[in-house]
Formats: sequence, structure tokens, C-alpha cells
Amino acid sequence: MSGKFEEKIKKYRTAPFDARFPNTNQTRNCYQNYLDYHRCNKVLSAKKQKTTPCEWYRRVYKSLCPIAWVQKWDDQRQSGTFAGRI
Amino acid sequence: MAHPSQLGFQDAASPVMEELLHFHDHALMIVFLISTLVLYIIVTMVVTKLTDKLILDSQEIEIIWTLLPAMILILIALPSLRILYLMDEINDPHLTIKAMGHQWYWSYEYTDYEDLGFDSYMIPTQDLTPGQFRLLEADHRMVIPVESPIRVLISADDVLHSWAVPCLGIKMDAVPGRLNQTAFITSRPGVFYGQCSEICGANHSFMPIVVEAVPLEHFENWSSMMLEDT
Repeated sequence: MSGKFEEKIKKYRTAPFDARFPNTNQTRNCYQNYLDYHRCNKVLSAKKQKTTPCEWYRRVYKSLCPIAWVQKWDDQRQSGTFAGRI
Repeated sequence: MAHPSQLGFQDAASPVMEELLHFHDHALMIVFLISTLVLYIIVTMVVTKLTDKLILDSQEIEIIWTLLPAMILILIALPSLRILYLMDEINDPHLTIKAMGHQWYWSYEYTDYEDLGFDSYMIPTQDLTPGQFRLLEADHRMVIPVESPIRVLISADDVLHSWAVPCLGIKMDAVPGRLNQTAFITSRPGVFYGQCSEICGANHSFMPIVVEAVPLEHFENWSSMMLEDT
């Protein structure tokens, strides 16, 4: 199972088509993957498990989200002012 | 790119633009034919000496000049819808690039693997070298691998801009806080120019877009070189 996932990560080129976001506006696609990565990290770290599965969300949000947005959200999370539920 | 005294579209560099070009030729030919016919009829009506005050109606001609326009409209609508759906196809991109509009330059981000980002300012007229194009050249071009499906996500940092490249058949608004997606594939290597297409202040006319399509190895060398520089 983890072997297949590692294969998938190794062959990662760019964020694939996501049927949840089929239209021109991809804002939510970027934001959702950012949230999913940090939620995944938080949950797996709390259970003291490896956070390797979260890597997929990280690659996708890195591909889609503008660097400035990611930096702003990271700063907000640091200062506790991030509006999303993680 | 655009040529002086140009009448038609720029040469297409993507399959979608080729389709749009051919459709435009088809629709415009129909328009010319109808206009010529109508002009001829008007001129004939004005100069003819034949008159008959007792012609009131005619079923046959009414049927013809209802059915014929309906068929012509279908002849235009079918290719139009075909291209519309073609442009909406789900594609599987090989590369994602973000184009961010600022006042008054574009910045490009290639973050699929490493974090590569750089700004692209217009080269001022006094700094052009011979052979370069006025108001179109930029210091850093958006380099892409040729014949690969590319996804471009367009946004803006401050006010509305618009990312447009006519030979690829692309125009997409850059809206602050929103990420607009467009995709294309270049059918040939080359350099393709565009200009900001949404009024954004004093230097709106001076923030061009330059896309350079190169073979994959050249793209890989370019991205390694850009990563070392930044």
C-alpha cells in the first residue's frame, strides 16, 4: 500500500484534474489542499504516526497556490490568526 | 506576433487557436456572401424599370427565405459549439505555471518541483537591441516545453489585469484573490507575445507577456539555470 503511494509521489508531475473543481475558478482547489495538508499533518502527528500520506496534499497545494498566498497563510497560522479550521 | 498593417489573426501556435482561425474564416465567408447578395439585391431593386403593383404575397419565396437563413445559422452554430466543447475538454497537464499580475509587471512561478519564481518586466525602448520589438519584449520570458499540455493559473496582486497571448488563443482575467485556470499546448517552438488586457493604471500598456516554447531538454537546462540564479 505504502509502496504504491510512494510510486505515485515519485511519478508526480503536477496537480492532476480534480473533479471537485472542474471549472475555471481554481481558488478553492488550492485552498482545500492547503487545509487538507495541515489537517492531515495535525491528525497523524497527534496519533504519533508517519505523515507520509500528507505529502500528496503538500505537492498539490505547492503546484496550485501562489507563493505569496502560502506565505501569508503560514504567517497567519504562526500568529494564530488563520481563518480556516485546521 | 503582430505585423504592421495586419488584417487577420496572428499565426496560430496552438491547435485551439487554429480551430478558432478556421472557424472565423468560415463565418466571415458566410457574412461576405450574404452581404454581397443583399447589396446586389438592393442595387437591382433601385435601378430596375420592371414594376408590378399587384404582387402582394408568395408562399414559395417566403418559405425559401425562412429555411435558408435557418440552415445557414445551423451551419455556423455547429462548428462554433464543436470548438466551445473542445476548449472545455478535461486535460491532463504536464506542468503548472502561475502568472501573477502586478502594477506593472508579471511574475511567473514554477512550483511543481522546486520553488522557482521570477519577475518579467518590459524592456524599455531605449534599452532594446537591434531586432527586438518595441513595447513587447520582456527581460525574463515564460519558458515552456513545446508540445506539452501546460496549465496556467492566473491571479493578481493588486488590481485587475488580464493575461493574453493571441497566437495561443488565450485571454484570462487576473483577479486579486481568485485563481483562474487556462490550459494550452504549443504545436511549434517559438516566441509568442501578448499584452496586458485589462486597464490597470499608468503603465497598463507596458507590461507585456512573452512565452517561449523550447524542446524539453532546453527547458530543463533553463529551469536549472534560473534556480541557480535566484
